[in-house]
Amino acid sequence: MDAFLLQVLNGLDKGGAYALIALGLTLVFGTLGVVNFAHGALFMLGAFCAVTLQSLLTLERVTLDPEKLTAWGTPMEIRTPYIVEWFGDFGMTLIDWSVPLAILLAVPIMLLLGVVMERGLIRHFYKRLHADQILVTFGLAIVVQEIVKAQFGANPIPQPAPALFAGSADIGLWLGFAENAVVYPWWRIIYLLFAGVVITSVFAFLQFTTFGMVVRAGMADRETVGLLGIDIDRRFTIVFGMAAVVAGLAGVMYTPVLSPDYHMGMDFLVLSFVVVVVGGMGSLGGAVAAGFLLGILQSFASMNEVKSLLPGIDQVVIYLIAVVVLLVRPRGLFGRKGVMES
Amino acid sequence: MSKIDNSKRNFLKTSAILGVGVSAPLIFTNAHAAYRNEPKGSTVTFGFNVPQTGAYADEGADELRAYKLAVEHINGEGDGGMLNTFSSKALKGNGINGKKVVFVTGDTQTKSDAARASAKRMIEKDGAIMITGGSSSGVAIAVQGLCQEAGVIFMAGLTHSNDTTGKDKRANGFRHFFNTEMTGAALAPVLKNNYGTDRVAYHLTADYTWGYSQEGSIRKYTEAMGWKTAQAVNTPVGAGDFSQYITPVLNSGADVLVLNHYGKDMVNSLTQAVQFGLRDKQVNGKDFTIVVPLYSRLMAAGAGENVKGIFGSTNWHWSLQDAGSQAFVKSFGKAYGFPPSQAAHTTYCQALLYADACQRAGTFKPSEVGKSLAGFKFDGLGNGPTEYRADDHQCFKDVLVVKGKENPSSKFDVLEVVEVTPRAQVEYEASMLGGNLGPYNNG
Amino acid sequence: MIKFNVKNKDHMLLLGFIGVVALAPIIMAPIGGGYPDLLQKFAIFGIFAIGFNILFGLTGYLSFGHAAFLGIGSYTAVWTFKLLTMNVIPALILSTLLAGVFALLIGFIVLRRSGIYFSILTLAFAQMSYNLAYSVLTPITNGETGLQLRHHDARVLDGLFGVTRGEGLPSTSLFGMSMSGWSGYYFCGVMLIIMFYISLRIFRSPFGMMLRAVKSNQNRMSYTGLNTRPYTLAAFVISGMYAGLAGGLMAITDPLAGAERMQWTASGEVVLMTILGGTGTLLGPVIGAGVIKYFENIFSSFNEGILMEAFSFLPEFLQHAMVTVAGLFVGEGWHLTLGALFMVIVIFLPGGLMEGIARIGNVFRRWRKPKPVAPTEAEAAASE
Repeated sequence: MDAFLLQVLNGLDKGGAYALIALGLTLVFGTLGVVNFAHGALFMLGAFCAVTLQSLLTLERVTLDPEKLTAWGTPMEIRTPYIVEWFGDFGMTLIDWSVPLAILLAVPIMLLLGVVMERGLIRHFYKRLHADQILVTFGLAIVVQEIVKAQFGANPIPQPAPALFAGSADIGLWLGFAENAVVYPWWRIIYLLFAGVVITSVFAFLQFTTFGMVVRAGMADRETVGLLGIDIDRRFTIVFGMAAVVAGLAGVMYTPVLSPDYHMGMDFLVLSFVVVVVGGMGSLGGAVAAGFLLGILQSFASMNEVKSLLPGIDQVVIYLIAVVVLLVRPRGLFGRKGVMES
Repeated sequence: MSKIDNSKRNFLKTSAILGVGVSAPLIFTNAHAAYRNEPKGSTVTFGFNVPQTGAYADEGADELRAYKLAVEHINGEGDGGMLNTFSSKALKGNGINGKKVVFVTGDTQTKSDAARASAKRMIEKDGAIMITGGSSSGVAIAVQGLCQEAGVIFMAGLTHSNDTTGKDKRANGFRHFFNTEMTGAALAPVLKNNYGTDRVAYHLTADYTWGYSQEGSIRKYTEAMGWKTAQAVNTPVGAGDFSQYITPVLNSGADVLVLNHYGKDMVNSLTQAVQFGLRDKQVNGKDFTIVVPLYSRLMAAGAGENVKGIFGSTNWHWSLQDAGSQAFVKSFGKAYGFPPSQAAHTTYCQALLYADACQRAGTFKPSEVGKSLAGFKFDGLGNGPTEYRADDHQCFKDVLVVKGKENPSSKFDVLEVVEVTPRAQVEYEASMLGGNLGPYNNG
Repeated sequence: MIKFNVKNKDHMLLLGFIGVVALAPIIMAPIGGGYPDLLQKFAIFGIFAIGFNILFGLTGYLSFGHAAFLGIGSYTAVWTFKLLTMNVIPALILSTLLAGVFALLIGFIVLRRSGIYFSILTLAFAQMSYNLAYSVLTPITNGETGLQLRHHDARVLDGLFGVTRGEGLPSTSLFGMSMSGWSGYYFCGVMLIIMFYISLRIFRSPFGMMLRAVKSNQNRMSYTGLNTRPYTLAAFVISGMYAGLAGGLMAITDPLAGAERMQWTASGEVVLMTILGGTGTLLGPVIGAGVIKYFENIFSSFNEGILMEAFSFLPEFLQHAMVTVAGLFVGEGWHLTLGALFMVIVIFLPGGLMEGIARIGNVFRRWRKPKPVAPTEAEAAASE
């Protein structure tokens, strides 16, 4: 029972991450109809907002130790972060909290990047073939990736969560299990809550604001909305920016779980497309539902009992589900007719 | 570092001319050569095949730095590095057999196909006499096979799987790096001293050849000293999130988690295992503990604080105090401003050992060079007295058992050496791992 | 009259193509590509992309899993070498056929959907093949290490025909002619020409017209009472067999088969090759394949030393600056150049490289005779 519960938690947590990544993608892919192969790169850029903030906070004053030498004969360097020099313990706290603080950095940066990307590139491709969209966004993803690699190297860079959330919570105790039966890291619980909050806000924004209403109308029938004299293009720009922010936030908050490197976007790219399509093109709810579904089933498929029955099932479960769902439901879980079927 | 002397310039000019137009005749001339890519001019070309893109790009970059250093030292530039401490004094700092060493580079992308394509370019187009480098066993075995077919020598880079000098060994291939068998033999006694003989281990194993090899060796040696294995679970390579494999560990009755992962997988699984609080728990009345059999300092840095106190093994570490290691750290640190990684050390040694073997053989002919390398005993390259065993072309030397350092003094100071396991303890019969070297191929 | 014109043009095209394939070692030498391995790769990936283009270019079905068939072809070929004979003919036939069988099975399922749903289904099948081949199927595929020949392999047919076993590993051959080096290239080149010719015939055939009709409007086709599925399935199987043949050739020129050949990035690569060269054109995919393989193999090899030499005509400080800048784009930065190239091509040449060639051709023609070219002729040029 406790093992089962733990896998549900794992699944929810994984699902939260998948849903969050897929949510941004489905905004541009499922609704604007742009096959955005650079979405993974946006996720990665979000994660590197955290890395950037951390390296800014830990900018160090380098002084040379007159007495000690390094193994290769140059004077040893003494490094102290400026921020600690200036603010003392408060500086240390800032560094400790760099991941959550990076959210403040990521929102404006990702919004800006999203808007620039849409204005400068994507908008010229709305009417182009999907093949062209793939080529240009894939090219962009590679370029972005290589720039990050040139700056930060190829190795993963650790981004610890604040010390406050370092340990894990004994959830089992709250539910009446034995001690240590169901333990879960604080940070993962926070990530799940965070995903919930972001997803809810995006839904609320699109559902309850006039802006959201116009956007939804534009997704359903772009031309008519345009004929009504509404500048739908501008609004689509903002939707794209929003998608970038959501992807970026997913990236920032995921860094303590997965040390970021320049290639992490590509690793998530295929997965996020599978989630969106399984959820159904044009459906935000579908993407979220598919995210959680795939997350939970993947966790169950990894249990030793399941693996001993079906070796290698954890390797393919996501794709197997995708095949089954798409064969049973032609447009995914909640797909709308006519989106990306030409 | 970016200074290029006249002879190198000249070579580059010639090679540029060769590339521009006469490369087809180059291939035809090969038919008349005594062996593949026999150097006819005043230079001899090495092919450095390292990952420049992909997950191991940083390791590849470090390998390339070491190779450049090795070429400088062989050609008599710089401070000479480990040439000064190397027991063989055949190399005089004037190149090899009177020829200056030049090099070409390629990107393996850590993919077998790409690595072979890149090696083929260097052999077919650039006339490389020897191929070296790489950062994974799959690539090493693939390129070794290619070099055997093409008739050039392959000096393996980072490759830890038993198969490289076991069932996939080839006469033209040589490995300086250690393997999973030696890791098991070296690590087990240290684990016994620190954690006792009454332990239950849970293995998470990367689901591919190296992972199986690593798990097998650790199980073999830990079970021999009394440990039990609760479970061994294969995890997909590049899984990213390992939570679904980590949660069952706590309630499995195991008190040790062995992570048979390398690179990014190791960084992620270790970070996450620590996040799940495994190390804060007590199981069977003992502190729960984690073991990472194969460490790479470059990669371990990606796991940050989480490596502290965790045991593993490594081929070489820059904090070693012997003369050879110190000489190498000195010349590498002077050139680049930071200490070399084990990848850099291995590739530097490989370049030097090959050069030395050619000098002693008096030729670059693979069969002759191979004979002078096989069974060669040497010292002064950082791992104590070492032998390139003739039976399987595997180096036998001391193995380092390390653990994550508690109080690092710099960002390079991630690991500390806890024991230098003597060579005698990690030696095994060549026949144990099977395979067949076959004859040398001169192309 | 027009018909004659097209036919005549096709013959010219084919002759030109044969000429280029035959002279490639000389043509490519000045830009550093005149060595067997790279030219083999050009030919093999050219075949792969031509086949992919028959599906994608004609029907518009975007498969994201074609690398699976390439992998199947390679594994089949290596197993043929291991079990039957080192002669390449059985390997070639079996790898093409087996890939065709798999394409039939998978195509039968995935062609129930179209558009993006089709793409994801193909991706899913290919990723499953890759993941399993890498891990649990290791006994068959030898996993990460890749399937290689061994000295003690059975090679039943070779045994029957009394081929003596040498001391080392045997090499692949076509009745005694070695399949590595230049002979290997010319073997691949001949296959490329044959495959190009078949593709040309398909493009010009009623079957090809039918596939184009599927692309332009599948619904309308169905309304006329025509079942399009057999046509698309045939295209899928043909392109799968092209991929299998390419995979077989990879193993023939270099007897090794690895799982990474089936990864989604490999499937993506052939998509990129086709779009880069020009989707739906005859020559485009081959050119796209060549460009990408050239970047991968040659641009990645330019290191600091070569750059220093290239800029040696500059004063020293400028030389260092130029080397630093250029170093970002070559050597370890070759990915960056490739990514930028993708963007530039698709932004300025919506029809891929073939459009660029057509445009240059038009300019040239206009320059030669002042009269503007007839639109039909320009169209014909663009659709080649």
